[in-house]
Amino acid sequence: MKKSNDKLRILLKRSLIIFSANIFLFFVLVGRLYYLQIYQKEKYALLADSNRFSTRLLVPPRGSINDRNGVELATNIQNFQAMLIAEQVRGDINKLLEEIAPILNLSTEDIEQIQKDLKRHRRFVPVKIKDNLSWDEVSTLMLNNHRWPGLVIDQGLIRYYPFKQYTAHPLGYVGSVSEKDLQQSDAPLLQVPGFKIGKSGFEKTFDESLRGQEGSLKYEVNAYGRIMREIEKIEGTKGKDLDLTIDIRLQKAAYDAFGDEAGAAVVLDVHTGEILASVSVPSFDPNLFVDGISQKNWDALLYDEKTPLTNKAISGQYSPGSTFKVVVALAALEAGIINSQTDYYCSGRMKLGNHLFHCWKHYGHGHQTLIEALKNSCDIYFYETAIELGIEKIAAMSRKLGLGITYDLGIENQKSGVIPDKEWKRQRFQTSWQQGETVIAGIGQGYVLVTPMQLATMLARVVNGGYEVTPTFIKQKHPRKPQSLHLNPADIELVKQGMYEVVNGKGGTATQAKLRIDGIKMGGKTGTTQVRRISLKERAEGIKKDEDLPWKYRNHAWFMAYAPHDKPKYAVAVIVEHGRSGAGVAAPIASKILEEAIKLDIR
Amino acid sequence: MAILLNQNQELSLKERFFNLNFTFIIILIILASIGCITLYSAAGGKMTPWALNQGIRFGMGLGVMIVAAMIRPEFYYKIATPFYLFTLLLLLIVDVAGHTGMGAQRWINLGFFKLQPSELMKLAIVLQLARYFSNTPYDEIRTIRGIIIPIIIVAVPVAFIMIQPDLGTSLMVLFCATALFYLAGVQWWKFGLAIGGVAAAAPILWHFLHDYQKNRILTFLDPERDPQGAGYHIIQAKIALGSGGAWGKGFLSGTQSHLNFLPEKHTDFIFTMFSEEFGMIGGIVILFLNLVLISYGYWFAFRIHPSNYFGKMVILGLNTNYFLYVFINVAMVIGLLPVVGIPLPLISYGGTVIISVMASFGIMQSFYVNRDRELKK
Repeated sequence: MKKSNDKLRILLKRSLIIFSANIFLFFVLVGRLYYLQIYQKEKYALLADSNRFSTRLLVPPRGSINDRNGVELATNIQNFQAMLIAEQVRGDINKLLEEIAPILNLSTEDIEQIQKDLKRHRRFVPVKIKDNLSWDEVSTLMLNNHRWPGLVIDQGLIRYYPFKQYTAHPLGYVGSVSEKDLQQSDAPLLQVPGFKIGKSGFEKTFDESLRGQEGSLKYEVNAYGRIMREIEKIEGTKGKDLDLTIDIRLQKAAYDAFGDEAGAAVVLDVHTGEILASVSVPSFDPNLFVDGISQKNWDALLYDEKTPLTNKAISGQYSPGSTFKVVVALAALEAGIINSQTDYYCSGRMKLGNHLFHCWKHYGHGHQTLIEALKNSCDIYFYETAIELGIEKIAAMSRKLGLGITYDLGIENQKSGVIPDKEWKRQRFQTSWQQGETVIAGIGQGYVLVTPMQLATMLARVVNGGYEVTPTFIKQKHPRKPQSLHLNPADIELVKQGMYEVVNGKGGTATQAKLRIDGIKMGGKTGTTQVRRISLKERAEGIKKDEDLPWKYRNHAWFMAYAPHDKPKYAVAVIVEHGRSGAGVAAPIASKILEEAIKLDIR
Repeated sequence: MAILLNQNQELSLKERFFNLNFTFIIILIILASIGCITLYSAAGGKMTPWALNQGIRFGMGLGVMIVAAMIRPEFYYKIATPFYLFTLLLLLIVDVAGHTGMGAQRWINLGFFKLQPSELMKLAIVLQLARYFSNTPYDEIRTIRGIIIPIIIVAVPVAFIMIQPDLGTSLMVLFCATALFYLAGVQWWKFGLAIGGVAAAAPILWHFLHDYQKNRILTFLDPERDPQGAGYHIIQAKIALGSGGAWGKGFLSGTQSHLNFLPEKHTDFIFTMFSEEFGMIGGIVILFLNLVLISYGYWFAFRIHPSNYFGKMVILGLNTNYFLYVFINVAMVIGLLPVVGIPLPLISYGGTVIISVMASFGIMQSFYVNRDRELKK
């Protein structure tokens, strides 16, 4: 009996111990619940939300770029694109691609690109299969929608440049985001496949303001990535429009005025510095770049000797040639070296030390005053003037008139040209300045280099009465009043008179370029710059006519002009690359442009 | 005097029925209702495919329990050994079938019902051990010789279940048997020795584990090891639970479960689903109700006639078995134990477990119903 009691006693005692252990273990569970559900709640709530919510960025419409009258030069047009969301595809993605390839005419390269894109992005990100779907393609895909989960048709906006080659310079274009872009910026929009970013011109420099603020679509997904419902949609805001000073009508006229020639033209409002037209010819269709340009098209543009990809208006540096005589004249007048009466005798050549400097006119111009020298573009007059003046004063006046510097234009690849002086030469070549170099600088040859934009600016500063206007592409609500350059009005009048004679004087170098508008006269100055060096031997045998040379060895032709003469409003600088003759080729283009500007009466 | 008169008197069916512990039954009904509500939510607010089925099965379970409770306890004593041997035979059949090209198999298909012999074995071992210990003098239990036979009683079926392979169930049977050894009075140091032996053999046992079993243990130790694979379940379960907070996300609003991030939400992981929607409070309610059930089990064992050692042993064994179910399931889904595939009885979807725990509750009640009389051996 005692034994039996022991057995029962120990059973009860030990069952109490186990019961206590059970209660204790239940408290362990409760403690764990407390730890997970109270102490770590925030952490797990976040994790649950990140499981549950996916966010897709909504690309805002890009701001448009308008001309001064509000005409859209860069805009967005609607297009349909096929997108693939990898995580929603059931089965093999490659098989799906194979099935849709014939419908969308996808090449093997296209498919490889898509597979690359799919790898680059997270699985819930829609990857573009094909852009600009035709109606046929859209309807075929829609009909067979159920067969391909994960394949969606997106209505998107695509950048479009309605004026094509007319605005490629300076607008630039947009293109796909490159690896480099991704490294430089962590803007989330860049991660969106198919997003376009400004690649050149204003599209590039104003990219961030044109881009706008992205919207987002937050939606709930289940464990398999299926979208259950939309949670929150935040609309993005359209990018800011960019209003330019360009008048597209004038821009077109300026471009077309070149015909088959290559070159650049810049038209300025001489009082405000607003750029009314800035063309570089030939150009290209920027729409080709939006979707990625084909290798063939790219090569054609890249290897064209007329360099369509370069904006010659700001990147092309040329010797100003005789157009520079205006600067030399003003510097000499200001220095008191010459006046309206000063005359030099032109025999066709001038000797300085052992060097012989020639006038373009072999037998010389005879006696020349300043106005005559400008009209006839006499080189000897300016050789003599330059020697007396010295390079430093020429350089100082050049800079005053806006040469040798870059402007705040808001586009890349602007060149500053070269305005040489003694210091510049020492820095550049470690040798001292030679007097002969002053002589040729006097006619805008040698080291002097300018861009069409600079030359137009120089002319504008002269003909507006000596005000420091700076060229600008961007329409300002409250333009700054330009500062006076403190030039003597009589000097300016004299130079203007010279330029008037060039076009309107008897025997002027560009008389055939007169405006064909009654009562409105223009003034201007020709310039021709050698592209190759004329050797002594060639000079002896007779200089080859430009027409006989291959295109790329022909002289560049300049013409700068302003109108109306009595109350200047427009200044234009035209460079025709390898155009042979300023008067014969560049001047008619400039006058066509000015005629159009006057007809348009741009305000 | 009345008690003495009653001591050996058989009770009528009516008397037996009214002797049932109805509070215990009400708690069972509450728990099963919680299960049905959760299954209703798991199906996205539908009675099908789970909630209704589960309700019907619980109804059947209640029937099984009452029938089992109405059977005289002597019956269980009598059938203990044949039932044990029969179940062992079934286990052997399943094992052999599994190893002769039919693939790993844990059940015998009876057409209308899939019988899991390992589930029966939990009951069989408790009955058989209780019978053995009730018939063995205390002194003998405390000798090495006295525990050789019960060790064999346990070891053979555990080995059979282990090679199925079903680690979870075999461990449960082992723990349950250990509790009975302990209750019977086996000395502490012998357990210490056994545990030491297992610890020493662990590296060898590790070698014999299947890859998926090794994975489960490694994943338990470090769920981040393979977040998309083996660790996915436990990570998602913790997220579901933790994000539920104190009060939960509300009925039908558990995002983890409704968006299918939570795996096995209607079976093994149902506790997490419930706790996501009803928070820590909900989880504590389930745990508390189960603790009350278990406490009743101890009360039954304490209350029945002191001479009914067999009954006390059976009640304590089955009660421990139920406790192990609840504890292991909850501990595994909240990341305290490796995921071993043990459901939460009464709440997880699944017929076999409901029937088997309800049957064991019936057997416990059968002893309780006849609490005032001796067991006639």
